[in-house]
Amino acid sequence: MKSRATVDTQAVSWTRDAEGWHLALQGDWRGQGLPLPPAPAPGPAAGERVVVDARALSAWDRDAAPRLWALLAPLRRSGALPDLSALPDALRAPLELALPAPGATADDLPGPHADSSLAAGLRRWWEDALTTAAFVGEVALSLGRLLRGKAVMRGSDYVRQLDLAGPLSLPIVTLTCFLIGLMLAYMGGAQLQRIGAQSFIADVVTVGVVRELAGLMTGVILAGRVGAAFAAQLGSMRANEEIDALRALGIDPIDYLVLPRLLAMLTMAPLLIAYAALVGVLAGLPPVVGIYGVPAWEYLHKCREALTWTHLWIGLVKGTMYIGLVALAGCREGLHAGRDAQSVGAATTTAVVKALLWIVVAASASTVLFQSLGL
Amino acid sequence: MHEAAEPLVRVVGLTMAFGDEVVQSGLDFDIRRGEVLAIVGASGCGKSTLLRHLIGLQEPAAGQVLYGDQDLNQADDETLAVLRRRFGVMFQAGALWSSMTVGENVMLPLRLFTPTPAAERERLARWKLALVGLEDAFELEPAELSGGMRKRAAIARALALDPELLYLDEPSSGLDPFSAARLDGLILNLRRHLGTTVVMVSHSIDSVFAVADRLLYLDHVEKTMTALDAPRLLAERGPERVRAFLRRRDRA
Repeated sequence: MKSRATVDTQAVSWTRDAEGWHLALQGDWRGQGLPLPPAPAPGPAAGERVVVDARALSAWDRDAAPRLWALLAPLRRSGALPDLSALPDALRAPLELALPAPGATADDLPGPHADSSLAAGLRRWWEDALTTAAFVGEVALSLGRLLRGKAVMRGSDYVRQLDLAGPLSLPIVTLTCFLIGLMLAYMGGAQLQRIGAQSFIADVVTVGVVRELAGLMTGVILAGRVGAAFAAQLGSMRANEEIDALRALGIDPIDYLVLPRLLAMLTMAPLLIAYAALVGVLAGLPPVVGIYGVPAWEYLHKCREALTWTHLWIGLVKGTMYIGLVALAGCREGLHAGRDAQSVGAATTTAVVKALLWIVVAASASTVLFQSLGL
Repeated sequence: MHEAAEPLVRVVGLTMAFGDEVVQSGLDFDIRRGEVLAIVGASGCGKSTLLRHLIGLQEPAAGQVLYGDQDLNQADDETLAVLRRRFGVMFQAGALWSSMTVGENVMLPLRLFTPTPAAERERLARWKLALVGLEDAFELEPAELSGGMRKRAAIARALALDPELLYLDEPSSGLDPFSAARLDGLILNLRRHLGTTVVMVSHSIDSVFAVADRLLYLDHVEKTMTALDAPRLLAERGPERVRAFLRRRDRA
């Protein structure tokens, strides 16, 4: 019988004869991190036997099995037939378990997820945009049903959402808008002082806060406070099949869940924005009086003069629009979340990011629009 | 005894698919009045999806789900509303609406779809809860109930509008053997005392043997139904994979 060692290292010796391959393990196989003993090239072909023999193994421990498996598994996958019968039981048993039997069908695993190519990314973006458009359309239909008195909306849900969006948001709206007004007066004052125009700080603060910042800041705060909560509530309802339970009864989840949230936000929006604007304007008082020496009555009088109806309604309309977008983003992400905890978390994050993005786009677009209308 | 009963629902040539991948095709079967029909099969064979098609939550790739002569997926809104009154659904984890009490959960369908006055609604809801052994849970939040109680409360909610047909998704999954047996008993009692037809998707072979008159086996290899008959008959002389499946009794 011809026998020829094709690979011979300290750890293994591969030989080949008429019957097939012979893999002799040798030396000390203890410990982790040892280099993988090489397989010969060309190695055992499909259908060839590989007799594994541990007689020359002087010492081994439980790390020997994974090491040997790493050596044999590729061979088994390419169709070779390892013969483990000569191994000690403690080594053979786990290896037999880990090496699939020849001809065994593999589990039908799904292919790799999330294609990261640019085309797939664009397609996902497009599908996402379509979902959003469809959602907005459904909300519009639902509003139509509400006006015709056909929508099934839960009044107590509306009241609860009013509370969440309104009174419970007041502390943080107060704090944020106070600081914004303060900063605006302070920084604006510093610039205007250079040309001796401190008395115009009131105009800067009033127009800035009432027309732009109050709505913007309230929208941003509600995106984090309420939009995220909407996404989380609806997302976990979806994960728990509560949305399916509504639909199975023939209750439209948009009517029942989205409308009360959207309407509560739209109801509270003008009130919150007006309040935020008032806080912001008053916050200009300390720096104006304390640093720039403008009398308080003059500042307030100038504010009153600068505040035109146009600024006020533009500020309220824009801010209410932002807050509507926040509610839509939150509900859209929640209703279309995946069905596990991970996805509900992702939906919450996406709801906030989307709300902020939509607010910024809406703010830019409306500013250009109102400017070009000369308002 | 159910051989001659008229079909409540007829499923004709139903094909289910996720995207381009066909999961099951050529499903033809009847749901007979008064029977307990169990839909079984390996995980991923499309049992729960079939249920979603039967209740009109998802449109099948092809085929019809006929309630009488009316295809569920072709029905206009008003017909659909009428058809939906005919069945109740219990979802896998109960799917009780978490923002309402158990009692409100049961009363909501009554409030929305019937002219029942408020006091009467409460009495009816308490009665439905009593039917499932939960009369004391009326004021509780769903989160305060155990898994088995949530499922029973969900059955009470599904019974709110007195449906003739009850769809149950995995009634005994995630339950200890005692609660699972109790739920099996409840299913049989509902059928016996209310005459409710029950269609259940199940993983539990024991539960199927305990309650089902007929068993529908969805085969994941052939991607169609390969058996529809009494569980005991199928265990003896059903197709090979069905017999193998039925031998895996889960509880001793």
